[in-house]
Amino acid sequence: MSGHPSYQPQSAFMRWMERRLPIGGLIYSSFVAYPTPRNLNYWWTFGGILAFMLGVQIVTGVVLAMHYTPHVDYAFDSVEQIMRDVNYGWLLRYLHANGASMFFLAAYIHLFRGMYYGSYKEPREVLWILGVILLLLIIMTGFMGYVLPWGQMSFWAATVITNLFSAIPLVGESIVTWLWGGFAVGNPTLNRFYSLHYLLPFVIAGVVGLHIWALHMVGQNNPAGVEPKTEQDTVAFTPYATIKDSFLLAVFCIMFAWFVFYIPNFLGHPDNYIPANPAVTPMHIVPEWYYLPFYAILRAIPNKLLGVMALGASILILAFLPWLDTSRVRSARYRPAYRQFFWVFVIVCIGLGWLGSKPPEGNYVLFARIFTAYYFAFFLVILPVLGKIERTKALPNSISESVLREGKPIGAPAPPPASAKV
Amino acid sequence: MSVLGGDGRTRRELTQPAGAGCGWTDGQKGTTHVTTMSSAEPTRRDFLYIATASVAGIGAAATLVPLITQMNPDASTIAAGAPIEVDLSPIADGQVVKVFWRGKPIYVNHRTKKQIEEAQNVDVAKLPDPQPDSARVKPGHDQWQVLIGICTHLGCIPIAHQGPYDGYFCPCHGSVYDTSGRIRQGPAPLNLALPPYEFLSDTKIKIG
Repeated sequence: MSGHPSYQPQSAFMRWMERRLPIGGLIYSSFVAYPTPRNLNYWWTFGGILAFMLGVQIVTGVVLAMHYTPHVDYAFDSVEQIMRDVNYGWLLRYLHANGASMFFLAAYIHLFRGMYYGSYKEPREVLWILGVILLLLIIMTGFMGYVLPWGQMSFWAATVITNLFSAIPLVGESIVTWLWGGFAVGNPTLNRFYSLHYLLPFVIAGVVGLHIWALHMVGQNNPAGVEPKTEQDTVAFTPYATIKDSFLLAVFCIMFAWFVFYIPNFLGHPDNYIPANPAVTPMHIVPEWYYLPFYAILRAIPNKLLGVMALGASILILAFLPWLDTSRVRSARYRPAYRQFFWVFVIVCIGLGWLGSKPPEGNYVLFARIFTAYYFAFFLVILPVLGKIERTKALPNSISESVLREGKPIGAPAPPPASAKV
Repeated sequence: MSVLGGDGRTRRELTQPAGAGCGWTDGQKGTTHVTTMSSAEPTRRDFLYIATASVAGIGAAATLVPLITQMNPDASTIAAGAPIEVDLSPIADGQVVKVFWRGKPIYVNHRTKKQIEEAQNVDVAKLPDPQPDSARVKPGHDQWQVLIGICTHLGCIPIAHQGPYDGYFCPCHGSVYDTSGRIRQGPAPLNLALPPYEFLSDTKIKIG
């Protein structure tokens, strides 16, 4: 925006550089002068947290790869060797394993924030779809990483998930054999999962680049859901967003560290400390907590093919959200009915997660079916219909009006506060 | 106005709006000129473009063949999947023995008389995957039930002698099979698969 000063290289070297590779200017315009809506709350800090967690996973992962052996006879032992013999191996592995959980936690908060404030609506559809692609990629990466320690849960997770493809009519079995590289999950499977687990984070990093590019093209949404109109609606990214992001990142890291140092196995499953055994399935197999809602949807449907389709649809349907939600009001702040359906949706997702951890019998199955029905009805019935019949509240004329007068209309534009001048 | 193709022939007109790439505005007159490309007939150059793109496309597709098929089972994996022989004589009445063939657990179930009768006296029409017991054993060897111990739902290993039919129960998603390995309850769509096998003698089978 015009009010923000453009990049002025301070040193002779940066002036020389700027005429050859304007990276200083790019960083300055993206992370210093970049105008952010002045009303962003803490729910907007999870994008930064996610970028940080991706960095943590790549750094710890590359280091772990120096000590890990992707072979069915050595994989389990090499992980134990990392835990016992490698200098700080225990720390690196616990950071990586718990880091995956923290990554998903931040991703789900980020996703729910987007849904609450309507961040997927025009003109942010592509930004949103890139986010759904990122979700799919981290699900795949997390799954393949979980297989690598080659414990009982690793092995049976690999078996169950690859067998999802056997539900495809006609070619399903051939696809599964192709995925395995054998007649069952075995050494070729472990090898290729290791290769892909190393590759995908860099694909994720690339898509994150596109995600941020799209974000900077359309600008951030904000809690009011109205676009910035004047200079007083925005503040500079640095220091305002930088400090806010840093503060919550520090709080997030305290929680992360609490898991790593005090309860490093709380989110794991004890069966994965038993070496993989193709002859015995553990009595009660469950995926990691972050896949449980999808797992519950899979099990809720008493038909293999339909169950697998529902599992896939539960994720892919997110990509169609910009067109399923017919309301033109973005933020749930001004959509009283949507707000209630949204919170029920959040409870349903958490409930599905809890049901996914329970054995598939009795009332658990019944509730899983009810919750699965709501999950899909939310997207396919509630959102399209609600947008047409809901009485929304009056939107503020501008972001600064919603901040400065708590939503009450203001006659003349308020004078720009000192904090907005950067 | 029209621009002649390199070979001097007139081409199909391709109009582009002013300002986009090929157009320009005449500052003095304020009028807009539109560049047009003409190609009424396909030229030898068009043919070369299509031929070049086709060769590149076929080449790229051919490169995918090794990249994709390398993921299928390799020669050593296939060789390790050769037939195996199982001696049945030590398997007691009512005992289930698990052997491995091609990385898959094979259950060899020495069924009791009671189990055989139960399996035979089922209303086949009411089963999710209708199959009489006789179709799941070799003729004259009713007591030997040989099947692949992999749940047809998502590939877990069912536990023998579990569930309401004293057959197999899958702990993953609750599929229940009877002693004939037929699906009776739960999400699995099909009966437990049967491996290819034959009786070499009354006490010996070859699987594979």
